[in-house]
Amino acid sequence: MLEVVFRRLVQAVGVVLVLTVVSFVGVFKIGDPIALLAHENATELEIEEARQRLGLDDPIHVQYLNYLGRMAVGDFGNSFVSRRPVVDVIAERLPATIELTLAAFLISVLLGIPLGIAAGLKPESAAAQSIMAGSIIGFSLPTFWFGMMLIMVFSVSLGWLPSIGRGDTVELLGMHWAILSADGWKHLLMPALMLSLTTVSLIIRLVASGMREILLMEYVKFARLKGLHEFRVVMLHAFKNVLIPVVTVLGLEIGSLLAGSIVTETVFAYPGVGKLLIDSINRLDRPVIITYLTLIVLFFVVINLIVDLIYTLLDPRARGTIR
Amino acid sequence: MSAAEARQAGPLVQFWGEFSQSKLAVFGLASTLALMLLAAFAPVVSPQDPYDLAQVSFFDGELPPLSSGGDGAFYLLGTDAQGRDMVSAVIYGLRASFTVALSAGALAFVVGTTLGLIAAYFRGTVDSLIMRIAEIQMSFPTILIALVLLAIFGRGLDKTILALAMVQWAFYARTVRGAAVVERSKEYIQACRLLRLPHWRVLFWHLLPNVCPPLLVIAGVQLASAITLEATLSFLGLGLPVTEPSLGLLIANGFDYLLSGKTWISFYPGIALLFVVVSINLLADRLRELSNPRLRK
Repeated sequence: MLEVVFRRLVQAVGVVLVLTVVSFVGVFKIGDPIALLAHENATELEIEEARQRLGLDDPIHVQYLNYLGRMAVGDFGNSFVSRRPVVDVIAERLPATIELTLAAFLISVLLGIPLGIAAGLKPESAAAQSIMAGSIIGFSLPTFWFGMMLIMVFSVSLGWLPSIGRGDTVELLGMHWAILSADGWKHLLMPALMLSLTTVSLIIRLVASGMREILLMEYVKFARLKGLHEFRVVMLHAFKNVLIPVVTVLGLEIGSLLAGSIVTETVFAYPGVGKLLIDSINRLDRPVIITYLTLIVLFFVVINLIVDLIYTLLDPRARGTIR
Repeated sequence: MSAAEARQAGPLVQFWGEFSQSKLAVFGLASTLALMLLAAFAPVVSPQDPYDLAQVSFFDGELPPLSSGGDGAFYLLGTDAQGRDMVSAVIYGLRASFTVALSAGALAFVVGTTLGLIAAYFRGTVDSLIMRIAEIQMSFPTILIALVLLAIFGRGLDKTILALAMVQWAFYARTVRGAAVVERSKEYIQACRLLRLPHWRVLFWHLLPNVCPPLLVIAGVQLASAITLEATLSFLGLGLPVTEPSLGLLIANGFDYLLSGKTWISFYPGIALLFVVVSINLLADRLRELSNPRLRK
């Protein structure tokens, strides 16, 4: 077990290094940030000073090594746009994205698993057929358009929910949280629904097809023959084994939700890190882009590792097969 | 047609016999083909060329569906802010979306299949190098990789195609490798090697035809995902340039008018997008069912 963790961590460091090179070189190639940052009537001298201050005149490999060295001590530089440390800029946006991702994750579990079980138990019933049809549409619906349609119905037509921003926040542990205020919940509902759409559909299909396959197994038939209560057969004997792939997928979906939050936050002008990334790309704010990408890669590597470890705990057959 | 008759009639007829048992799949196939034709003949079938300024009347801007313009033109789905007929805009958008998705798909297909075959055939270091890259790449969501690539490349038709292809090649490579590793150990491939046929000939002449069925399935799934991905990227302002609006860009343009109640500008392009993706998914779903003996009914 320890060996697996160690090997994965080495691999992770490799991936992160490769990514920083790629994104550094790549991000370097897009535009000249000075052209965007300097005010209209800046003099040549001012521009030259700004270049030197931001270190844009050094050769690219020097800039890269400087960047790596600073990153190693936790200094990710200053944002070109706001002139504040990137870490602060990202940290203050983080609670919004955490709330959004967690809310979408909860919706996926609470909606996806029961609907999936229902659809898997009686596949021929009308209810099951419509759940499965709904999941196909959920898969195919472009999420950003689904979000816009939510806005159209609940904000424009009915006027029930706000369509922009995060609402009131309450400060706790030095961060601003919207889930502590009623207004925040109102603002969170539609974005969370939009973000969970694909994951809900995926979980429904996974649970339903798993149930269908497992209910045909000998041991389930045997449990029924023993005269066990149907609820017990389904939940204890069948569902527990369906759960293995579901947990794995749910773990990996946290990453997808985080990536999806980039789109969701753009639709709802929701002030999280995803919106920050898109804004930074448009403003050529290199330090923010590179830091965001480095952090998200680290996050993915950690998630993948945890999912693999949980998988080995749940399914003894998988032990020893993980590289 | 009975199963025995079908078997006699040859593999294609037999395949169609099984495929057409699902009415939804036949619908998916028919509408996918119809949409592709519509996109291909956009200049012929659409009422106006929405990007020819001579044909667009600015005074007809933001008309709701089913209204008539100043010069008597009838707008079934209304017009956008510039007075473009939405029916025409959607058909041209469909054309842009299909152009990007099919080109990217073809590129990814060629590169991914070649690399997958090479990995399975030569094994060893080449194999682990190619597959490790594919594996790492696939552990990230496609939208994230595409977004990073386009942030680096910048906006544009060719750049979007390249970014999508770079995202999708891994799926082809993994599928092909999986199938080809099984085929490789079979006698006919060993015979080819004993005959000392050139490697490329064994790869593309003998191995490739036998890994085609799973490739077909993955191609369908990837086409649908490329269309959605392109639409999303264009919506975020990172995909196609405004001069070549795809369905995603049309929706993004309509977003500004949504809040003021002019819903049709983004609603109908979205419906078109949904219809395309559902059609292709129905088709791909059936292909997957047929290729998996356990799901075969």
